[in-house]
This record gives sequence, structure tokens and C-alpha cells, in this order.
Amino acid sequence: MMFVPGNNPGMMADAHIYGPDSIMLDLEDSVTMAEKDAARLLVHNALKSIDFGGTEMVVRINPLNTPYGRKDVEAVVKAGVDVIRMPKTETADEVRELEAEIVKVETELGCVGRTLIMAAIESALGVVNAYEIATASKRMMGIALGAEDYSANLKTQRTPGGAELLLARETIVVAARAAGIACFDTVYSNLDDMDTFRKEVELIKTLGFDGKSIINPRQIEVVNEVFAPSQKDIDKALRIIAAIKEAQAKGSGVIAVNGKMVDRPVVIRAERTVALAIASGILAKEEAL
Amino acid sequence: MRYTKVVTLEEAIRKSGLRDGMTVSFHHHFRGGDKVVNLVVAKLAEMGFKDLHLAASSLSDVHAPLIEHIRNGVITKISTSGLRGELANEISHGLLKEPVVFRSHGGRGSAIASGELHIDVAFLGASSCDELGNASGCPRSENAKSICGSLGYALPDARYADHVVILTDDLVPYPNVPKSISACDVESVVVVDSVGDSSKISSGAIRDSKNPRDILLAKQAAKVIINSGYFKDGFSIQTGTGGASLAAVKYIRESMLEQGIKASFALGGITAHMVKLHQEGLIGRLVDVQSFDKVAAESIATDQMHQEVSAVEYASADHVGSAVHALDIVILSALEVDVNFNVNVLVGSDGIIRGAIGGHPDTAEDSALSIIVCPLLRGRIPCVVPKVTTLITPGKGVDVVVTEYGIAVNPTRPEIAARLEAAGLKVVDIHDLAAKARSIIGEPDELPFGDRVVGIVMDRHGKVLDEIHNIVD
Repeated sequence: MMFVPGNNPGMMADAHIYGPDSIMLDLEDSVTMAEKDAARLLVHNALKSIDFGGTEMVVRINPLNTPYGRKDVEAVVKAGVDVIRMPKTETADEVRELEAEIVKVETELGCVGRTLIMAAIESALGVVNAYEIATASKRMMGIALGAEDYSANLKTQRTPGGAELLLARETIVVAARAAGIACFDTVYSNLDDMDTFRKEVELIKTLGFDGKSIINPRQIEVVNEVFAPSQKDIDKALRIIAAIKEAQAKGSGVIAVNGKMVDRPVVIRAERTVALAIASGILAKEEAL
Repeated sequence: MRYTKVVTLEEAIRKSGLRDGMTVSFHHHFRGGDKVVNLVVAKLAEMGFKDLHLAASSLSDVHAPLIEHIRNGVITKISTSGLRGELANEISHGLLKEPVVFRSHGGRGSAIASGELHIDVAFLGASSCDELGNASGCPRSENAKSICGSLGYALPDARYADHVVILTDDLVPYPNVPKSISACDVESVVVVDSVGDSSKISSGAIRDSKNPRDILLAKQAAKVIINSGYFKDGFSIQTGTGGASLAAVKYIRESMLEQGIKASFALGGITAHMVKLHQEGLIGRLVDVQSFDKVAAESIATDQMHQEVSAVEYASADHVGSAVHALDIVILSALEVDVNFNVNVLVGSDGIIRGAIGGHPDTAEDSALSIIVCPLLRGRIPCVVPKVTTLITPGKGVDVVVTEYGIAVNPTRPEIAARLEAAGLKVVDIHDLAAKARSIIGEPDELPFGDRVVGIVMDRHGKVLDEIHNIVD
């Protein structure tokens, strides 16, 4: 998920050519107070007029308790955004409040249910309430960690190893899995230190995250490389999926690959491997069919 | 020394027999740091010369003082490969009565050799020179301060001009060997405080582009090369100096190492990137018409396998011995490419001259595979267009256009399109790219060109290719 400032038309128009899985146009922290209205208008028009090549479009709105939040919701829902990212989410009620705002606009448009919600958890209270937040609405598609505000809230600071984020990261992964939604890790801002970035991506992949938030196209390659399954894993996953299809065609309930019985978790992991291989660009969609 | 050619600049000019209306020539190896053109033309003005034809291999931002000399009638005609900055802006608005004649590097070499561009007096800056006129772009003493490496673009001038004056800021004892320009071609040597500002002659070490779009374009260009059918042991290559071109070398290098492929030679403007590959044994020879940075200039001074070539030997269409005839792959940039694969590298989308032809048409036409790397959009300016503002490189010489929105292959090269598609690259119709640019940007306003011709573009064979009109504000 690539963050793009909502007040930079050049960056918005170009963002999708680098192949991020989703683009998050930002109306919050990267836009100064004086530019909030202009950026909202710009993002609205960008969503309506730019062909992002099918990339999932997310907009980070300003909090609803600011003078901008509700106007942001109206503008981006009307422009047909896929996902609204709510910043600094601390309680399930806040999610429901956002949902009510979305419903209001969608009702007017006649498209109720179209807009999904992602909640960014950026405080200790948010982490404590992670599962309630994740399950607050059917529209919840994912939760994400916002580490800068979170570490400030903990009265600590970010370190290369990320020890200060461990509990938050694990809590968010567990909450997302329990809720059956996706989870995304925070950004890493030092573009000159790709080695530490890679280590962080490796760590969050191990913890179970579905993806990483990024601030520059140069980071995409590293994320894809780390998340990409090995050729051996892909081949195995394709064999398992082929065996399932064959078994289903024969009406057989039990399947075996290489003499080993394949049960449900194995199938799920195989499907996830293939999906990741496609997302990482190392497997063409047609090959997976 | 029993004999010396060292004189003052004024004496050298008097000795040359220069008269009003004649042609004086210069090279651009000191690039943005050049002091020779401004110094010599100021002296010519002071001595009262009028109506001179200034024939430079190229001119840049640093030559803005020429504007006054044009206004005062000292210079009334210019031939060059390129123009930039304030001088270019003024000329685009009609400063000169006579149109500027633009030639490619190969085209200029050919025109000088054939006599079509006759040079009366050549004023050639050199990093080192002895009292008899053996001149070089390489340092030969501890006092060397303006080092440029190859003097390739100055060599046709030295050979064919009626009278040659070398200007140097490092006079060294005879013999200044190895030499680029022979004392036998030189009439006078002038010692000056400085021929160039070394900090602007060349950059230092390799700087890899961090621009994500450059990196994306570079990766795509590298993939095109690797899958083109021309990427095999013994291939030859030339790249430009743009961020994407330089970054492409990095990715090509990785594939050369992986596949055990080595290049026979790299041609043209030589950069630190090419020197690195040469020193690693991945490129056999460096054939250098212009050393783009300090690393390249140091390499040509010390490495026998890194050789200087003249503009004629580099890119002349008329000399079958020129290196471009042996060139397999070239990566080039563009200001604009049109749906017929024609390229403009000279005139901006605002109608103002802001570039140089360089070796673009020479290498595009004669290489086996020419790749143009060009973003679809620069800000709000579309770079793939229905028709180029000014025609510099005809589309018949252009094989592949790489943009961030896809790769277009000239329909005359279906075999290359097939190879790229087989490798999984996104090959698109160039009309679709132009339409895509239009869909994002909209329809630009027509440029406000006037009726006066301010520039004539010659093709590399000596025929008029296009005209540039004045721009009206």
C-alpha cells in the first residue's frame, strides 16, 4: 500500500505505474491545514478522472472530530473510492460513526455498501481495542499500524529493531485474523537505508502481516521480494490446487499429493502462496488457472 | 626550445588572417564550464571584427554573453549541435537574422570533412599543450586544472580548419604525448588563465538515480535489451547520460554477469558506469568521443583499451569506417516521440530551443537496435505526441520506445516485438500511448510560432530535415 500525498497531482497520476497493490491518497498528515480543501478537491477529481489501472484506491481522511473529516468522506465516497482509511482509530464506536457517515452519502448516491473501511491503529488505546475495532462493521477490510503516533503515545521512540512495536504488531495480526480481515504494517521512512527496511519487512512477514505500507516506489521491489514465495513453494502450491480440482472433478473427498494427504489448512496455504506469487509479479494469472 | 608557437590571443588572431565574414569554430568538451568561446569572442569583438560565423560543436547556458555580440553584429551566423539557456531563448524569439544551422555530431564531422562547413580559424581549448601545439584533454602536469579527457569533437576542426589556435591553461614541456591534436595541424598556442571551470566540466563519482520513474524506465530498457535478440557475447552498446540510461547500465551489468555475456565495445560519450564495466572485464574496449565525467577522463588518460575517436570516426554517415556502423545497441532519450517514431531532442514543447541533437540521429540510424527511453508525461507535458514539434531523428531509425505505460515497437521491426512479447513485456501500440497521454493531459494549445525561420535542422547526410520558427510570446 503506497502512500501518496493528496496535494501532489504529478505523484497521484504516476503512482500506479510502479505496480503497488493499493494506493493510499492522503488527506491527513501530508496535507497542511491551509491546503485541506484544495487537496480534497484534487483527490476527488483524481479518483474520478485518472485511470489507476485497476489498482485498489484508498483515501486516508482526516479524523471525524476535525472540521475536515466529514467533508472528506462525502468527497471520496462520491468519487467512488474503494476504501476509506480512518486515522487514529481508538474505539469501535468511531468505526461505526464513520460507517454512518458513509451510509449517509451512499444512500444519497444509491450505492449502499460500496465503500470499505480500513482502520489505522495509532495509540495504546487503539491496540487494546484492536479486536473490537476489527469487528465493528461488516465494511472493515483491514486494520493497520501507524507506528509514529503509537510510539509517541507509548512515550518511546522508533528503533531499527522495532522492539517497541512488537506487542502492537502481534495484537493487530491476531485481531485481524480473529476478525477474518487483513492487516498492514506501518511505514518505514528512511529511504537511504534499504537494508533495515528489508529486515523490517522480513520481520512483519514472519509476524503474519498481509502487507507493508510504503512511502516511495523504490520500496515496492523489496516488499515484493520478501513476500514473494519461492519457486519451490509455488510449484508445490500449484500441484496441490491442481490435485484438488482433479479430486473435485472425480467427486473424491480426500486428496493426496506426493503420497501425503492434503487437508484444509494446506489448501488454504497453497491458495495464499499462489495469490502472493501473482501479486509479486512472478506468476502470471493465466498460469495459476 | 628553439621554436615556439606561443603567442598572445590577439597575436594569434592577427596571425590567423581572420577577416569579417569568416567562420570561427569551437568545441564543447568543457561543457557547462567552458570559458574559451566567451573569451575568444570578447577579444574578437574588442578587435572590431563583424559578421562572423560561429561554428561550435555545441553551445550551452554558459554562452549567454554571445547575445550581446550578436546584438552588436560581431556574430551574425551560428552553426551548432545544440543551444540552451538564455541564448537559446533569445534565438528562439528571433535574435539572429540568419537561421542557426543545427547538425548532429556525425553530420558536423561529415560537413567539415567534405568542405560544406568550411572553418577559417578554429579556437580549440586543451587541458594540456606544448609550445609546438601538441594538445590533449588529459592532464600532463601537476598544474592541470581543466581536464576533459577525449577531444573527439575538436579533431575534425583541428584537421580541416585553415588555421588552428590552441588555448590552454597548462603549457607543458615538449613533447606532450600521447597527443590528441598534432602540432602539425596547429599554427598558434595561447596560454590563458583558465579554459574551463573544472567543477562544471564534469561530475565526480557515479551517482545512481533515485528517481523512481528513471529506475522503472531503466529496468524496462534493460529488459528490452536483454530480450531483443541482440544481447549476446560480443555485442556493442552506447548509452546516453540521462538518469534512466545510466541506471539501465546497472541492470544490464547484472544480466551480463548472470549469463556470462561480455560486450566488445562501448561507444560515444563514455561515463563512469561504462568505465566500471570495462575495468571488470565486461566491456572489451571503450571508444570515446567525449568523456562525460572525471572517472572517464582519468581512464582515457591511462588505459590503452580506452581510445579517443573523432566525431567523424564516431558517427559520420559518409565514412563507412565510422564506429556507429558497428554499433549493435543504443539507448537514447527524447523530448518528444511521435506516432511515426520520429524523435525531437532539440525544441521544447513550448517551442523554445532547449537541447542538442548530439549523436542521436547518427546512432539511431546506424545501430542495429535503437531504444528511446522517454516518460509518457513530464509534469503536464505529453512526450508521446501525434507529431513532434521539430523533426530531429526520423522514425525509420527508431526501433523501440520505452515509457512507463508500456513499450512500443516500430512496426518495421515485428521480430523484436515478438521477442519482447514472448518475454512477457507489455508491448503496446504507439498510437495508444499518445492517446493515453492525451487522456491524462488533455489537448495542449497550439504553439504560437511566427513566420521567421530561426533554425534549420540538417540531417546527417547534409539535407534539410526541418525548420524551426520563431516563437511569439
